[in-house]
Amino acid sequence: MSSKTYKPGSYPDLPPPAGTVGVYGWIKMNLFSSISNSLLTILSFVLLYYLIDGIIGWFFLDAVFDADSKIECRKINDGACWAVITRRVGQFVYGFYPDAERWRIDISFLTMFIAFAPLLYPDLPKRKWLLWFSGIYPIMAFILINGGILGLSKIEYNLFGGFMLTVILGVSGIVCSLPIGILLALGRQSKLTVVRTLSVCFIEFMRGVPLITLLFVASSMLNYFMPPGTNFSILVRVIIMFTFFSAAYIAEVIRGGIQAIPKGQYEAADALGMNYWQKTRFITLPQALKISIPGIVNTFIGLYKDTTLVVVIGLLDPLGIGRAALADTKWNGLSTETYLFVALFFFVSCFAMSRYSLWLENKLNTDNK
Amino acid sequence: MNFFANIWRNEKSREIIVQIFVLLCVGWFLSWLISNVDANFKALGKDLSFEFLFIPAGYDINQYLIEYNNRDSHLRAGIVGLLNTGLVAFFGIILATFLGITLGIIRLSKNWLASKIAYWYVEFTRNVPILLHILLWHGIIINTLPHPKKAINIGDVTFLSNRGFYIPKPLTEIGIELVYLFFVIAIIFSILFFKYAKKKQDLTGQQYPVIWINLMVLITLPMIGFFVSGMPITLEIPALKGFNFRGGMHMSPELAALTFALGIYTAAFIAEIVRAGILAIDKGQREAAESIGLKPSKVMNLVILPQARRVIIPPLTSQYLNLTKNSSLAIAIGYMDLVATLGGISLNQTGREMETMLIVMLIYLSVSLSISAFMNWYNNKVKLVGR
Repeated sequence: MSSKTYKPGSYPDLPPPAGTVGVYGWIKMNLFSSISNSLLTILSFVLLYYLIDGIIGWFFLDAVFDADSKIECRKINDGACWAVITRRVGQFVYGFYPDAERWRIDISFLTMFIAFAPLLYPDLPKRKWLLWFSGIYPIMAFILINGGILGLSKIEYNLFGGFMLTVILGVSGIVCSLPIGILLALGRQSKLTVVRTLSVCFIEFMRGVPLITLLFVASSMLNYFMPPGTNFSILVRVIIMFTFFSAAYIAEVIRGGIQAIPKGQYEAADALGMNYWQKTRFITLPQALKISIPGIVNTFIGLYKDTTLVVVIGLLDPLGIGRAALADTKWNGLSTETYLFVALFFFVSCFAMSRYSLWLENKLNTDNK
Repeated sequence: MNFFANIWRNEKSREIIVQIFVLLCVGWFLSWLISNVDANFKALGKDLSFEFLFIPAGYDINQYLIEYNNRDSHLRAGIVGLLNTGLVAFFGIILATFLGITLGIIRLSKNWLASKIAYWYVEFTRNVPILLHILLWHGIIINTLPHPKKAINIGDVTFLSNRGFYIPKPLTEIGIELVYLFFVIAIIFSILFFKYAKKKQDLTGQQYPVIWINLMVLITLPMIGFFVSGMPITLEIPALKGFNFRGGMHMSPELAALTFALGIYTAAFIAEIVRAGILAIDKGQREAAESIGLKPSKVMNLVILPQARRVIIPPLTSQYLNLTKNSSLAIAIGYMDLVATLGGISLNQTGREMETMLIVMLIYLSVSLSISAFMNWYNNKVKLVGR
């Protein structure tokens, strides 16, 4: 028996045992590591097979993309009848905004990304210049969408609808509610009893009632609280309610962030002789906001999803448009197609928001791990 | 001059001045609102009165837990609505809890495929508005399920149709008291046995299979009672009569859609809460438990879960609260809950927006405040005691 001898420390590395690396190893480790695990895998495969088979067939292979009515759809094939969407896609996007003026919405929507980019991506080149644009964007968008000056024709609010309405409600609610939420959170942590009590009452009231009752108030009662004769648009009233509602939730999220800051930070700030506003501006908020980013984005996603509730008080958001389409005898009964289409829109936008929040969280994470 | 400057520079007196100022502003604002309401009410010839609650409502409610007909008062209609809210919240919470905990655990399992499926379930469900879920399920039930005549038949006892679900209804006969009695005895026995086993374990370390024994007792004792007293429970099976089913228990399409939608939507959030709660437990706890030789199931039940519970319960309660508040969207599909009865039809019939909305809001507010009070109490109770 002769075997090669090695000097101490120079024995070559052995390959890993077969079945722990490569595709086979991965499958064995992650799918069939034990009997119960294998059963679960097989069960999942069966579920997935039926799901994918059914979905692809119904969604695409057997689906009808253009027809004049549901009956005609069913004559062609028995899958989904997407004609109810394709025939009204303009309404789903723009509501009843006049065809000739739709470019105004397109421009506002596209420039919105330019306006948000410097706020969302801190490392953007030429960020300072773009921030100026972000500052004037709300005024620009308001003029473009609303019209009435600069030779643009005035568009009535009741023509707004579709995904455009969702984005308007969502974005204006989000933009307005963050500052109010920060103020409420600071108020709740304030030393002044009166300020604290008022903030707590406001926050608890807003969080305690369902949003839909607030929208009813906005639609049917808000005028009672205004001087007789005032009349402002339902859209503005709804945005006010959304703002207050989500400001209360944001306030709670930020309060959590403020409470998570170590006490030493405040003591250090006091030792430096900072006053309340300096302390808030340089010590409290930068740290509290950073911690609460995931919560804030979740609240925004919630607000964005909640914009669908306006359908109950008669505004024509995508759900409203969908329900109007379903009320048409030609398309009666195609609710699954209609609602799935709207659901897809919400999924894409909300999923994008939550991915952004994950990215930002990782980027701002300065912990040494 | 110097005197006033000093008052302003003194922290205590400045705080008081600021607070008085804030109070004055808010007081002025509130009185402005109230005077506006007053002026508007005068202009419309209205007043604030709750007498409308006691006049006949005059509308029908298709789902009620207590007796109701359209000659009953608005107050009773409101109570029927409140009970309906409770009913759908109850079913929804049960569904959401089971589904959510299962998904949360699958999400953490080592099985890559199952965990990915659970992940995409959560992402797809929670990124779509709850109202859309409700409408989608309602649409599926009323548009794609067959008519009662061709209802989907599950074992000749349960029928699914576009008019709702029909399930057998248990009817009790004479002799049922014995079954109840045996059941109560079984419960008392299992509580005593649980206490005895715990005491024994604390003293000697000896363990009994408590759960299995108690389960056996809880099932067999009432069964014995059932057979001894001559089988006093019969099932009333729904049967097709004319165009619809008669007999059995009926779950309307609205109630079913709401239950599914609320349960499935909230389950996604609960899954994430359960997952986060289990992940929040320090890795060392699991390693320590494994190193002293506990079985995986014991590691979970004795070490991980008791600690995770502390993290999980508060957000779980607030999800239950959210579910209850979300059930107010029932109005979109015509399920008669509190908002749809008192805040919907009663409001439209009596024209008393202020009063009805006030009542509805106060009810929701008191429910959610009492639940958060409970949560604070619980948090304090289970808080880790620092040393």
